[in-house]
Amino acid sequence: MNAVAPFHSGQSQSLVSRFAVPAIRCAGCISKIENGLNTDPGIISSRVNFSAKQVAVTHLPELDDHQLKGKIEALGFEVQILADNPLAEEKGSTGKLIRALAVAGFGMMNIMLLSVSVWSGATGVTRDLFHWLSALIAVPVIAYAGRPFFASAAMALRYGRTNMDVPISIGILLATGLSIYETATGGAHAYFDGAVMLLFFLLAGRVLDGMMRDRAREGIGALLKQTAPGAMVLADGGKTRWIASGALRPDMRMMVAAGESLAADGVIEAGASQFDCSLLTGESEPQPKGKGDRALAGTLNLSAPVTVRVTATGEDTTVADIARLMDEAGQRRSFYVRIADRAARFYAPVVHSLALLAFGYWMLAGAGWHQSLLIAVAVLIITCPCALGLAVPAAQVVASGALLRKGVMVKDGSALERLAEVDYALFDKTGTLTLGHPVPVNLDALSLAQKQITLALAQASRHPVSKGIRTALLALEIEPAALDDIQEVPGEGMTGSWGGVSVKLGKPEKSEDHLSSQLTVGSDTVLLQLQDDIRPDTTEAIAGLQALGLPASIISGDNVRSVAHVARAIGISAQASASPQDKVEAITRLTAGGRKVLMVGDGLNDGPALAAAHVSIAPGSASDVGQQAADAVFTSASLMPVTLSVKVARRTMQIVHQNFALAIGYNICAVPLALTGMVTPLIAAIAMSLSSLIVVGNALRLNGAAK
Amino acid sequence: MSGLAILIPVALLMGLIGLAVFFWAIRNNQFEDLDGAAQRILIEEEDETQ
Repeated sequence: MNAVAPFHSGQSQSLVSRFAVPAIRCAGCISKIENGLNTDPGIISSRVNFSAKQVAVTHLPELDDHQLKGKIEALGFEVQILADNPLAEEKGSTGKLIRALAVAGFGMMNIMLLSVSVWSGATGVTRDLFHWLSALIAVPVIAYAGRPFFASAAMALRYGRTNMDVPISIGILLATGLSIYETATGGAHAYFDGAVMLLFFLLAGRVLDGMMRDRAREGIGALLKQTAPGAMVLADGGKTRWIASGALRPDMRMMVAAGESLAADGVIEAGASQFDCSLLTGESEPQPKGKGDRALAGTLNLSAPVTVRVTATGEDTTVADIARLMDEAGQRRSFYVRIADRAARFYAPVVHSLALLAFGYWMLAGAGWHQSLLIAVAVLIITCPCALGLAVPAAQVVASGALLRKGVMVKDGSALERLAEVDYALFDKTGTLTLGHPVPVNLDALSLAQKQITLALAQASRHPVSKGIRTALLALEIEPAALDDIQEVPGEGMTGSWGGVSVKLGKPEKSEDHLSSQLTVGSDTVLLQLQDDIRPDTTEAIAGLQALGLPASIISGDNVRSVAHVARAIGISAQASASPQDKVEAITRLTAGGRKVLMVGDGLNDGPALAAAHVSIAPGSASDVGQQAADAVFTSASLMPVTLSVKVARRTMQIVHQNFALAIGYNICAVPLALTGMVTPLIAAIAMSLSSLIVVGNALRLNGAAK
Repeated sequence: MSGLAILIPVALLMGLIGLAVFFWAIRNNQFEDLDGAAQRILIEEEDETQ
C-alpha cells in the first residue's frame, strides 16, 4: 500500500509502504529491522507493529516496494509486500463504536452518581437540580453515543423493515423526551440513567461483535500472501522494468523467473518450464509447458525462467473469471438473517403493541395522559432488548476467543450461527485433506553420502518434490555435499557433478507416479517415494463430523487416481476432476435438496464453492482467495479444528438460546410490574444491570467450550 | 449543600479529563500494537547521544 504523506522538509513527498513479516518474534527482531532500515539513506523511518507482524516504512519515492522488500530480506526476514488489504475496509467502524462506548460510560457513571442521591431521598430543589444536571449530561451523550442505533434504525425503516435497532431507538428517544418533560415540570421520576445505561450495555455488545470481527480479519490479513503483484517486463532495447499487474497490457513480454507466479495470462515465447497449477485447478502434478503453450495467471513457475507474452490481464484473466463466479455465488449468502434480527422481527411488534396497549388501558382507566405515557415508557425501557443485544455477541465473542486459542479464526458472528446449522460437509483434496506438499517416505534407503548429494541437488530446485525432499533432509540435520556445475533441466530434474562423478536427481525412468524421484550417482540409482500426506487426525475429524450428523464427501479438481487414493484412506465418497463451476453446482444441488453445506477448501479453484456454501472453512495455507472467501480459517496442520468449530458453534447457539430464554423470563417477571405502573427508574436500573450480568455470565461458560 | 457546588463540577471535570485522555490515546494509536509495547522495553537503546 502506498500512501502519500507530507515529507518533513516540505520539498519532496514521502511514501509509506507496508510489509508483512511473519517471522517477527521478539524484541531483538524489532530492533534489528528498525535499526537496520533506518540506516538506509532512502528510508525516513520504519516502525514495526509486533501484534500485526507488519512493518510500516516511510521512504523517499525513489525506492520502490521491491527494493524495500530486498532490504528487509537482506536483514534476514521473509517478507511480503502488503497490498491494500481488502478485509480491512470496515475497521473504522469499531473505532467509532469504542468512542461511543467511552462517552456512554462516562455519561452513565455521572448520571448514576446523581440518580443515587435522588433515589436515596433528595427532594425539592435538590432533586430538580440533579435532574437538570442529568439532562445536561444525558442529552449530548445520547446524541453522540446513540448514533449507531439511530442510523441503523432509520436505514431499516426507510426500506420498510424492522431490526433490533428500531425498538431500541424508539425506547431511548421516548424515555429521553419524557424525562426532559418531567425535569421541566419538576416531576419525581426521570429515566436519564436508564436510557444511558441501556445505550452503554448495547454498545458493549456491538463493540464485542466488532472486535471479534477485526481480530479475525487482522489475523487473516497477516496470513494473506500477495500473488504476483506485477512482473518484470522486457522493454525495447533489452531493458527490463517492474510493472504492477494493474498496468500490464496485452503483448507485453514478462520475464518470469523460477519460483515466481504469473501476474497475467499469456503464451510462452521462449524457454520451457514446469508450472504448479494446484491453486488454480487442484491438480497436484506440475504441468510441463514449452514454447507456444498457454500459461495462466496465478500459476507458479517452478523450474526455469521463461518469457511470456501477455494475452489477457486483470479483468480478463482466468483468475478474474473465478473471482466473478465467486461474487455471484456469494450473493446468495447475503440473504442470511442473523439470529438477533430474526428475534427482533417477533420481539419489536410485541413490545410496541404492549406499550401501546398499556398506554391505551391507563388512558381508559382515567390515569391521565401523563401517567399513562410514563407507564408506556417504563414498559419500553424494561423490555428494551438490553439482554438480547448483549446475549448474542457476548456468547459469540467468548466462543470465538476459545476457538482462536485453538487456531481457528472466525470472521464474524454470523459465521458461527451458520456453522451451527450445517448438516453436510464437502472437502477439497489437495491442500485441504492433504497437507499439499509431498513428503519422502523411504529416505532410509539412502546412504549418508547419497543423502548429502540429494540435499545439495534438491536445494537448487523449486519443484514441490524437491522442496519436500529438502525439508525432510534438513529435518534430519544433513549437511549438503559440495557439488559443481548444478543445473536444472526442465521436466527432467537436477544434474551436477560430485568430485568428478555425475549425479542426477530427477524423474524416474520406470515409475509413472509423479510423486517419486530418482537419484543417480554414477551408475547407482535409488528410487525415492514421496507422498502428499493426509493431514493428521483426518479420520478422527471426519468420524467426529459424522457423530455430529454431518456426512462428508470429497470434491476435487485433481485426477481420479490421486483422489481415489485419499478417498480410500479416509473412507468417504469422492468426485474427481471437478471444475470450479462443478463444485458450485454440486453445492447448489445439495442446497436444493435441503442440505446446509459446510465447504472446506483452500485453492483458488475452491473460491466460488467456498462462497456458495452455507458456511466455509479454509486452512491457513490456503490461497488469498480461499481465505477471503471462507468464513473461518484454521492454522494447524490437523483437520480437527473443523470438527471442533462445528461443535463449538452448536454449543454457542445453545448458550444464545439459553440467553434468549433468560431475557424472556426476565421480561415475563418485569413486564407485569411495568404494566401496573410499579416500575420506578431505580427498579428499571437494577433489573437492567442484573439481566445483563446474568446473560454475560452465562456466555462466559463458553470459555472452556473448545477443549 | 454548598459542598455540592464544588464537588459536582470536580467529579464531572475529572470524568471529562479521563474521557479526553482516552480519545487522545485512540487518536495517537496507543492501542495499535499492545504486544509490541511490551517487547520494546527489552530493546537496548544504543548510543542515543551520538
